Amino acid sequence: MSTITESAASPATPEPSNFEKLDMRADKARVTLGSRVASVVAIVIAVLWTIPTLGLFITSFRPEADIKKSGWWTWFTNFNTTIDNYVEVLTGSRFELSTFFVNSIVITLPAVIIPITLALLAAYAFAWIDFKGRNILFVAVFALQVVPIQVTLIPLLTQYVKWGLAGSFWTVWLSHSIFALPLAIFLLHNFMKEIPRELVEAARVDGAGHVKIFFQVLMPLLVPAIASFAIFQFLWVWNDLLVALTFAGGDQNVAPLTVRVAELAGTRGQAWYLLSAGAFVSMVVPVIVFLALQRYFVRGLLAGSVKG
Amino acid sequence: MEWLKQADTTGEKFLLMFVAIALFVLVMGVILFVVDRISRPPKWVLVLGFMGPALIGLAFGLVYPALTTVKASFYDANGETFVGADNYVTAFTEDSFQQVLGNTLAWTLLVPILSTVIGLVYAVLVDRTRVEKFAKTLMFMPMAISMVGASIIWKFMYEYKAVIEGLAPERQPAQIGLLNQVLIWLGLEPQQFLLNGPWNNLFLMIVMIWIQSGFAMTILSAAIKAIPDDTMEAARLDGAGGMRLFTSITIPSVRPALVVVLTTIAMSTLKVFDIVRTMTGGNFGTGVIANEFYTQSFKQANYGLGSALAVILFIFVVPLIVYNVFQMRKSEEMR
Repeated sequence: MSTITESAASPATPEPSNFEKLDMRADKARVTLGSRVASVVAIVIAVLWTIPTLGLFITSFRPEADIKKSGWWTWFTNFNTTIDNYVEVLTGSRFELSTFFVNSIVITLPAVIIPITLALLAAYAFAWIDFKGRNILFVAVFALQVVPIQVTLIPLLTQYVKWGLAGSFWTVWLSHSIFALPLAIFLLHNFMKEIPRELVEAARVDGAGHVKIFFQVLMPLLVPAIASFAIFQFLWVWNDLLVALTFAGGDQNVAPLTVRVAELAGTRGQAWYLLSAGAFVSMVVPVIVFLALQRYFVRGLLAGSVKG
Repeated sequence: MEWLKQADTTGEKFLLMFVAIALFVLVMGVILFVVDRISRPPKWVLVLGFMGPALIGLAFGLVYPALTTVKASFYDANGETFVGADNYVTAFTEDSFQQVLGNTLAWTLLVPILSTVIGLVYAVLVDRTRVEKFAKTLMFMPMAISMVGASIIWKFMYEYKAVIEGLAPERQPAQIGLLNQVLIWLGLEPQQFLLNGPWNNLFLMIVMIWIQSGFAMTILSAAIKAIPDDTMEAARLDGAGGMRLFTSITIPSVRPALVVVLTTIAMSTLKVFDIVRTMTGGNFGTGVIANEFYTQSFKQANYGLGSALAVILFIFVVPLIVYNVFQMRKSEEMR
């Protein structure tokens, strides 16, 4: 402990540049851990994490006959490349992944917009309207995160059947929206609480009502928070299998890509020319979104936005 | 108006989507407009306007179904006859279900620990190197793809081509799964990774570890960066080496984050469904609760048992989340 205070109290030295810092860190590592070993371990892990995806990716561009006869690693010595697999899964009458691609989009957009809007409004009430029982209600909503969605599926499905809505987009939208609410309200409430009280008070003094304050004062400040949660919800819905399987599983006109690709894995488990291309068709959108908005994604993660 | 329920063409689907969004915006707009128009609205009108829709949704979609499921878990397969705790007795005593519970336990212990260790080591190793951002993206990427996609990626890694008896090794059919090819390069026999128990469970867990390590790495990396440079510097001046630095400075400093990461991954692991379903369908002794729940509820139409499994899942998750919240509270207080 004493050394920490000592070094903190030592006379300020000129701030080293980032590059120098990096160098210093590297020097120390060399002395202590042996940077060779460290780098090798890091590279091995990185390669292990990349190879499985790379293998399937290369496979998706190899002709069917080649895939059956030889491993994807032989592609490096024999560049036989084709896009037939993609054409087949997207347009082939038996697979028609393009239909399911449309379904995925149609499912995802409302299932992102609706819960975020509802959660923003509810979070506003929790953060900025004083009412009796507010704290208890907030804890109750927060506690609902504990409920695994499995617990809700059968009764919900029964209800949808009663309403005659089973197997339509409405049930999938509604279910995803509701399941997202506890976490969304909790997170957005936390972000809203961070906004300085003076801003809201000032608007109130100017005679702005709650609706006006919500739209004109808070919303512009919340854009990054909304973006973070939107990415999460987007990835969650797009990649979801359980909810889609339960509420839209049987219907080719509603089921998303995940359901179709999982089904292919079951029924055409050996048809790797289809599975590889199909898998990447289902991945391309989330990967692009993820790479483009990684910053917000990490931000959301660090804010405790974790769902399972 | 049939397309409102049954949209068949792409055009209809998009139209339906826009109608749904427009409808939602309209309803919310009307509610807010009314709330705004009332001069000096009573508080309950305000509160109801802002959070009524969300609360109705939660009550309808989470609270009510959860209670119904708890009730159903005490009834028989059709939900008609009260059977007491029979479903729970079945779930805990029958051999096949005991295996499911055992597997779930193994998943919930191994996956969080291994993902966290790998994520932590990687985060430390790439910290402040020139390629840090790129290196992190590599490990992080599996988080963006679906578990279905990840399962297919790994199924291909595990792919096995039957070895033909009495054929010379060089004339055997080529293995197209990388892992089996590696075994051959090492002079070993190819394996049916997904069929042979109990190891097949481990090979399924690897997929989850592959996905979750990126999450662990991101959270822990942020925690490592929050360690004051001075602390590190001081320990170094005291002569602490790399390993020492890691065990006596880094780990204690990121302990709260470690707990959060471990419990969070444990929670997602408990509910893992997609991987088992896509890779083995829960066959060959690889069942876990979340998958067995689906099988019982929707394939076997045994609502009672399915509900009991869902409730068991719920009971397993609760202590984790409570502990998690408790830890988060504590680390917030420390700040």
